[in-house]
Amino acid sequence: MFRIILTKIAAGLLTTLGVSIVIFLGTNALPGDAAQIRLGQAATEDSLRALREELGLNLPLYQQYFRWLFNFLQGEFGTSLASGNVTIAQLISDRYENTLIVSTLTAMIGVPISVGLGIMAAMFPGTIYDRFLTLGSVTLVAAPEFFTATLMVLFVVFFLGIGNAVVVGSIEDKNLAELITHFILPIATLCLVIAAQLIRMTRAAVLNVMNSPYIEMAILKGIPRRRVVMRHALLNAIGPIVNVIAINLAYVVTGVIVIEVYFGYAGLATLIVQGVQTRDYILIQTLGMIFCATYVILMMIADLASILSNPRLRHPK
Amino acid sequence: MSNNENNEDKHYVAPFSKEVSFDELQDAPPSGKFRLSITGKLGVIVVAFWLFIAIFGQFLAPYEENDLPFPDDYSEFQKPRPGAWLGTDVDDRDILSRIMYGAGRTIGISLAGVLIAYVIGVTLGIGSSIAGSRIDQVLTQFFNILLAIPTIMFGLVVVAAVGSSIPVLIITAGAIFSPVVFRLSRALGMEIMVMDFVEAAKVRGEGYRWIIFKEIWPNAAMPLISDFGLRFIYVILFVSSLSFLGLGVQPPLADWGSMVRENLGALQYGESVIPILAPAIAIASLTVAINLIVDDVSAHAGGKLSGRL
Repeated sequence: MFRIILTKIAAGLLTTLGVSIVIFLGTNALPGDAAQIRLGQAATEDSLRALREELGLNLPLYQQYFRWLFNFLQGEFGTSLASGNVTIAQLISDRYENTLIVSTLTAMIGVPISVGLGIMAAMFPGTIYDRFLTLGSVTLVAAPEFFTATLMVLFVVFFLGIGNAVVVGSIEDKNLAELITHFILPIATLCLVIAAQLIRMTRAAVLNVMNSPYIEMAILKGIPRRRVVMRHALLNAIGPIVNVIAINLAYVVTGVIVIEVYFGYAGLATLIVQGVQTRDYILIQTLGMIFCATYVILMMIADLASILSNPRLRHPK
Repeated sequence: MSNNENNEDKHYVAPFSKEVSFDELQDAPPSGKFRLSITGKLGVIVVAFWLFIAIFGQFLAPYEENDLPFPDDYSEFQKPRPGAWLGTDVDDRDILSRIMYGAGRTIGISLAGVLIAYVIGVTLGIGSSIAGSRIDQVLTQFFNILLAIPTIMFGLVVVAAVGSSIPVLIITAGAIFSPVVFRLSRALGMEIMVMDFVEAAKVRGEGYRWIIFKEIWPNAAMPLISDFGLRFIYVILFVSSLSFLGLGVQPPLADWGSMVRENLGALQYGESVIPILAPAIAIASLTVAINLIVDDVSAHAGGKLSGRL
C-alpha cells in the first residue's frame, strides 16, 4: 500500500515540476527581459549588461530555471517589475488573507451542505425534491460564475437589503456583523458555484453504489430505505465522495479568480490579473506556481483518497 | 443479460425457435430512434435561436455596436424604453445591438476553439491508441502535465506572453482543451482496439485506415459527440471568463463576457441592472441549453461517459 501512495506522491511532484517548466518557459516568452523593463528608457548597453549579470539573466536558460525554482522553494520570489521596488512576497502577504478566508469558508460551509443535499437526492431518486435539485444544479453547473454572482447580488443586496454589491475596505477593525456583510456575497456565490458540481457528482457517486447487487439484496431483505443508504451504500460511497470534494476544492482555486474581480476585493487572484495587465512576469510566475501547485496537490489528494478508501485498490491483486 | 442467456439456451435446445435478433445482443448499438426529451427540445430551440443570432445578428441589429444613438440624453445605464429595448450601457450604447453583435463573436470564437481542440485531441488520441507504447507514453505524459494547469491560469499566462487578440483566443482555447479530448479519445480508442471485431478485422488483413474509419470511428462517435457539447460549454465559459477579466476580446468590440465587465458599475449606480444581467443571461441560456441537449444524447449513448474518463 505504501508503494502506491509513494508512487502517487512522486507522480504529483513530477507533475508540479512539469507545470513549473511550462510556466517558466511561458513567461519567458514575454518580449523584453527583467533588465530592460526595469531600466526602461534609461537603459544603456553597459547598464543593461550589468543588471543582467546581477539578475542572472546571462546564464543559459536551464540554469536560470533551476535558480528560479530554488529561490521559489526558499520563498524568495524576487521583486515586482511593475510596482517599483516592492518584493513579490510583500505584495502577496498584503493580499493572501482575503483569498484564504473566502476559499476556506467556502469549503467549510459549501461542502457539507452540498454533499448532504446530494446524498438526500440519491436517497429519493425521482422525487420532486430530487428533480428540483437536479434541474437547479444542471442550470448552475453550466452557467458562468458572473451569472451566479449577479443572481446573488440581486437576491442579497436588492431583495434582502444586506451588504453592498462591491466589497470595500480592509477587514481590520470591523465587527462581526460588518465582516459578514463584507464576505457574504463572494462566499455565497462560490458556495453556489461548487454546490452545483458537488450535488451532481455526489448524487451520481451514491446512485452508482445503489445500483450494485448487494444493495438490491439489502432492499429485498426488507431493510428500510434510509438504513440501506446510511449503512450499506454510504460507506462504500465515501471514497468517490472524498474524491469529488477534493476535485471541487481545486475548482475553488480557479473559480475564486472571477469572483474576486467581480466583487472587486483585493486578493491573490486580482493580483495575478493585474500582473497580466502590467506584464509583470515575475509576479505571474510566482502566483501561477502557487495556484497551480495548490491545484495539483488537491488533485493528488483526490487520487489518494479514492485509493485509500477502497480496499480493492488498497490491496491490489 | 439474463434475457440474452435465455435466448442462447433456447437456441441450443430447440434450433428452430426464433432467431436471436441483432439488438438483443449485448454489444448491439442502442436500439430505437434517438428522441429528445422536453427539456432537450427546449435546449435545441434555444441553441438554434442563438446560432441564428450569431450569424445574422449583426445585420438585424437596430444599431451598430458602437453607435451612440441617443445623443440628447447622454447618461449611462438607462432603463429599457422604446428604441432601446434592453436599455443602454456604460457608454450609452444600445445593449440589444451589442448583444446581437457579441453573439457572433462569443459563439464563433468558442466554436472555432473547440473544433481545434477536437482536431488535435482526436487525431492524437486515436492515433496514440493505435500507435503503441512508446509514442503513447510520451504523449500521455505531456498532456497530463497540461491537464494539471487550471484552464484560466493557462489562459492568463498565454495572454500575458503574446497579448490578446481573437486568433490568439481561438488557438489558446484549442490548445487548452485538447488534452481532455486527447484523454477521452485515447481511452475510447484503447477500449475499442481490444474488442473482438477489431481483432477480426486485423486478422482479415485490413489496413489502419479501415480500422480507424470503419471499426473505431462508428463506435467512438456517439460518446465523442456528447463530449463535444460539454467541451463547447467549457470553452464558452473559458472565453467569456477571460473576456470578463479584461484579457479576452478587447473593447470597443462587443462580446458577452466583456459586456459584463464593462457594465459592472451598473450594480452600484445604475438605474437598472439589465446592462449586466442581459449578457450574463445570454451566456447562461446558451450553455444551459447545450447542457440539456448533452444530457439527452449521453443518456441515449448509455450515460457511461464519465466512467470512461
